Amino acid sequence: MFKKILIANRGEIACRIIRTARAMGIATVAVHSEADRDALHVEMADEAVAIGPSPAAQSYLVIDAIVEACRATRAEAVHPGYGFLSEREAFAEALRAAGIAFIGPNPHAIAAMGDKIASKRFARAAGVSTVPGNLDVVRDAAHAVAIAEAIGYPVMIKASAGGGGKGMRIAHASSEVADGFARATSEAAASFGDDRVFIEKFIENPRHIEIQVLGDRHGNVIHLGERECSIQRRNQKVLEEAPSPLLDPETRALMGAQAVALARAVDYDSAGTVEFVAGQDKSFFFLEMNTRLQVEHPVTELVTGIDIVEQMIRIAAGEPLAIRQEDVRMRGWAVEARIYAEDPTRGFLPSTGRLTTYRPPATGTRDGATVRVDTGVGEGGAISIFYDPMIAKLVTHAPTRDEAVAAQSHALDSFAIQGIRHNIPFLSALMAHPRWKEARLSTGFIAEEFGAEFVNPVPTGAVALRLAAVAAAVDAKLNDRKRRISGQMPVARPVVFERRRTVAIGGRDIVFTIESGEGGGDRWTLHVEGGGPVAVEGAWRPGEPVWHGTVAGERIAVGVVPVPNGALLSHAGAFADARVYTMREAELARLMPEKVAGGSGKQVLCPMPGLLREVLVGEGQAVKTGESLAVVEAMKMENVLKAERDGTVAKILVKPGDSLGFEAVILEFA
Amino acid sequence: MRHVLVDLDRRRAEAAAGGGERRVAAQHAKGKLTARERIELLLDPGSFEEYDTFVEHRSVDFGMEKTRIPGDGVVTGWGTVNGRAVVVFSKDFTVFGGSLSETHAGKITKVQDLAMKIRAPIIGLFDAGGARIQEGVAALGGYGEVFRRNAEASGVIPQISVIMGPCAGGDVYSPAMTDFIVMVRDTSYMFVTGPDVVKTVTNESVSAEDLGGARVHTTRSSIADMAFDDDVEALLQVRRLVDFLPANNRAGVPEWPSFDDVERREDALDTLVPENPNTPYDIKELVAKVVDEGDLFEIQGAFARNIVTGFARIGGRTVGVVANQPLVLAGVLDSDASRKAARFVRFCDSFEIPILTIVDVPGFLPGTAQEYGGLIKHGAKLLFAYSQATVPMVTVITRKAFGGAYDVMASKHVGADVNYAWPTAQIAVMGAKGAVEIIFRQDIGDPGKIAGRTRDYEERFLSPFVAAERGYIDEVIRPRSTRRRVARAFAMLRSKAAEKPWRKHDNIPL
Repeated sequence: MFKKILIANRGEIACRIIRTARAMGIATVAVHSEADRDALHVEMADEAVAIGPSPAAQSYLVIDAIVEACRATRAEAVHPGYGFLSEREAFAEALRAAGIAFIGPNPHAIAAMGDKIASKRFARAAGVSTVPGNLDVVRDAAHAVAIAEAIGYPVMIKASAGGGGKGMRIAHASSEVADGFARATSEAAASFGDDRVFIEKFIENPRHIEIQVLGDRHGNVIHLGERECSIQRRNQKVLEEAPSPLLDPETRALMGAQAVALARAVDYDSAGTVEFVAGQDKSFFFLEMNTRLQVEHPVTELVTGIDIVEQMIRIAAGEPLAIRQEDVRMRGWAVEARIYAEDPTRGFLPSTGRLTTYRPPATGTRDGATVRVDTGVGEGGAISIFYDPMIAKLVTHAPTRDEAVAAQSHALDSFAIQGIRHNIPFLSALMAHPRWKEARLSTGFIAEEFGAEFVNPVPTGAVALRLAAVAAAVDAKLNDRKRRISGQMPVARPVVFERRRTVAIGGRDIVFTIESGEGGGDRWTLHVEGGGPVAVEGAWRPGEPVWHGTVAGERIAVGVVPVPNGALLSHAGAFADARVYTMREAELARLMPEKVAGGSGKQVLCPMPGLLREVLVGEGQAVKTGESLAVVEAMKMENVLKAERDGTVAKILVKPGDSLGFEAVILEFA
Repeated sequence: MRHVLVDLDRRRAEAAAGGGERRVAAQHAKGKLTARERIELLLDPGSFEEYDTFVEHRSVDFGMEKTRIPGDGVVTGWGTVNGRAVVVFSKDFTVFGGSLSETHAGKITKVQDLAMKIRAPIIGLFDAGGARIQEGVAALGGYGEVFRRNAEASGVIPQISVIMGPCAGGDVYSPAMTDFIVMVRDTSYMFVTGPDVVKTVTNESVSAEDLGGARVHTTRSSIADMAFDDDVEALLQVRRLVDFLPANNRAGVPEWPSFDDVERREDALDTLVPENPNTPYDIKELVAKVVDEGDLFEIQGAFARNIVTGFARIGGRTVGVVANQPLVLAGVLDSDASRKAARFVRFCDSFEIPILTIVDVPGFLPGTAQEYGGLIKHGAKLLFAYSQATVPMVTVITRKAFGGAYDVMASKHVGADVNYAWPTAQIAVMGAKGAVEIIFRQDIGDPGKIAGRTRDYEERFLSPFVAAERGYIDEVIRPRSTRRRVARAFAMLRSKAAEKPWRKHDNIPL
């Protein structure tokens, strides 16, 4: 076994690999760019080597720098994680030349599967079912249209070297092909340095199901069952689960066998993933094979109990697989949510900055449910503009899907992040969505159910009542202390605390009488008017970002930001401004006019720090709501800024190539 | 006896009705509450004791003798805020537009005197049309009496003014002499002369809102300390402010049980100051992580945002916080920031509120606008305020403390008691580049030499250790332990005794 390995990656995956290596008694070396000098993976590793400036192209993607770091630290092997150099044949070759083991498949397998077109040819040859399409590289827009017409719409235009949703466009008609081709090509060039794209049939209402395989250097190949990753936004996976609610044992066995056959065909000797697109009728077609550790591997680990990173290290060290196919058992259900630094209420624009508060939920097993958090940051850490905006992966496991989803909901409610915008409210709303709960999934789920933008739901019904109870408890806690302030008048009548109160929440007034429970402090009973008594118990203290406790016997977690006479609450994707008033205060508050948030709306501001790629309008031009105005590139993604109103462009204040700060003025309307 | 009680009830009801149903409805239609409704929200339920309910004006000119309304346009008395006594007067716009008559002024001065006697804070709620013109000079005399008492009470009891409607002419000077002015957005405005007079005299067309609305006074003129969306929010926030304030200059700060451990360690503070000295960061994060429960009540939050001032608690006791804000103008001291902080420091010192100063200041802002605007004297105000303050003062330097601004920002030299620096602190006359270009002027043509000199300077001076070697800094501390260090320092300083020589008063560079 290796004594020391280097992890050629950053963020949560570097931390996750370090954990397994440490458990195996292997020393670890981290590499880092300038921006990551204080990153968690650097802190966790036994040694750390600086490999260059912040942009990945000058650090994490520089093969020579990593080989040099191995030499300097005498690391015997390299784990590449995912992304960066993980699927670069040249990297595996360079390590081989330097006599350093690559914790991944052989270069031949990477090469064979790395090119999407070549991989399809391989798959066909290995008897794997494939999607109808044209595997030729598209020459130009006209060629693209010709191919698309031949296959029949809708079609998908994809980067040959692509992955992770970058350089992918769907076209439903010939009019969309040219634009899709141009965008896919430019994104492919920017992301992978390779602008080749190809076109294939796009399957309606598809589901994304993938098989985890493990092969060793001794010809053994097994699979660890499937993961379903149908919940995607713009082809980026958002939720993953194992097993798939779609599959029956026969289909599972069939897909597993095909995946294993493909792996064998390329002498696959590490952990890899064979991705399929599946129809609702359980038909399935080969999509691609990822020759690396997948982001979503933890769901498989939780249902199989197998540490995939450990297996990769053992295989790379030459050990034969100790697990036979018949040893692999899927137990229970696992659900993973990817927590991103992006603002779901503003078109999911990336958000960068410092995590002023970062409190993940408690991990471990409680009441049969397991919570796992894979993260690469801590409180005071930063989400930088240079890399992927993923903050953490939250994974839960329980005996059934319903229980795993419930555990995920609770864990999301318990997760406190401040300082940047994040998608936890969106993930919570997904968890609460009936269609998700019923597992009626497809890759179009998010677009169909939420549209392009997410609007925080207003709490209603039982949720509103539950939040009102929490607001009342918070208010009671704070009021109790106010009555203990020093310097009070020595009068016979102490400060009167009116117990009959009302919570204004979600446009509703809930009237109740509050009573302190036995033992004082943290227990109350609310006698809700028009309802029964509600027992509330919670040990929340002012300053804590999450209220943990029970309302009517149900264990819940609620995000709390206290405001005078109430709190801003977040729970299950909903945000609520809950005001707790005495009856008289409420009566007077009702006399107050509604204030409308007054935005100028006359300026288009840069929503995140980034590089201005293109301005799509000119001065004096009239634009309609929804029309594209400018393209800003941040975090390797092109973000199109659209007009939020009709108007005439009066002035453009920036030019392509400008580096823009947050809320820099891009243009002004007349 | 019975009919006497009935008569009392009738008279009380008559007074409580104010200007009558129609005027009350008009007041509500404008999104405003009545004088008595406001008092109900400000004070603990049932705690208000009204005085001078039956006072009526004595004017007989211009037919005024025909209209007399008990209370005469202002409701006065006292009550409690969380059990602590406060004196209150609330102008009643429904009665003669809240205008000030001789008797109206008399009601106010009576409760001003009461507040001084019992050494309790006084809160004035303003919503009025100025002097009652029918009374002429008698009203002006009344104003003067109020003004003089405002000045007398200054520094003895906290005085708070809440502007909840028009406040113009003579009415503006009483609030102007109090400690804090709170405004209500969209429904309140303050000016000496209104839009009509402005138009006549200067031919300038301006709306009441643009001339003296909450936005103007909280962001440009700095007349108002804060603004809130409506009457309810404003009054509930004033209650919150009162919870931070001592009853008077001898009472000491209020205390309540804190839920927050004073030993709390904040690892995230170790990474607060960015590697690049030119990268800003939010000083409010530091404030939030040092004080109890992250709770800061900002004063003048929208004005001169390059310095943060406000009240917080440490270990359940009020402290005043002054902190340079690197996010805005790099935290530089300019005239506005100096004036803002100086006034806040003076308030804290008057009322024995300990001061926590957090320093990251690159110096004073250069330029003709600043110099012509009197930067020297404005900067001196802050220097003066710190120099003569005798309350416990703890200072933490997080990063830059350059030049004269180092001295000004509660340095050891001007009287701070405990001075801490983070290891990232740079205490020097100026930044390395500027310094090297002056000291080694002859090498300016040689970039290599200059680079070397700059490195030498940075190593020698851009650290807290030169200052620490001299004892200007008591200790260099780990950022994550700032709360514990600061809390212990204030606890130790509770018994601080400071004597100043007798003087009538100081002569701060106004």
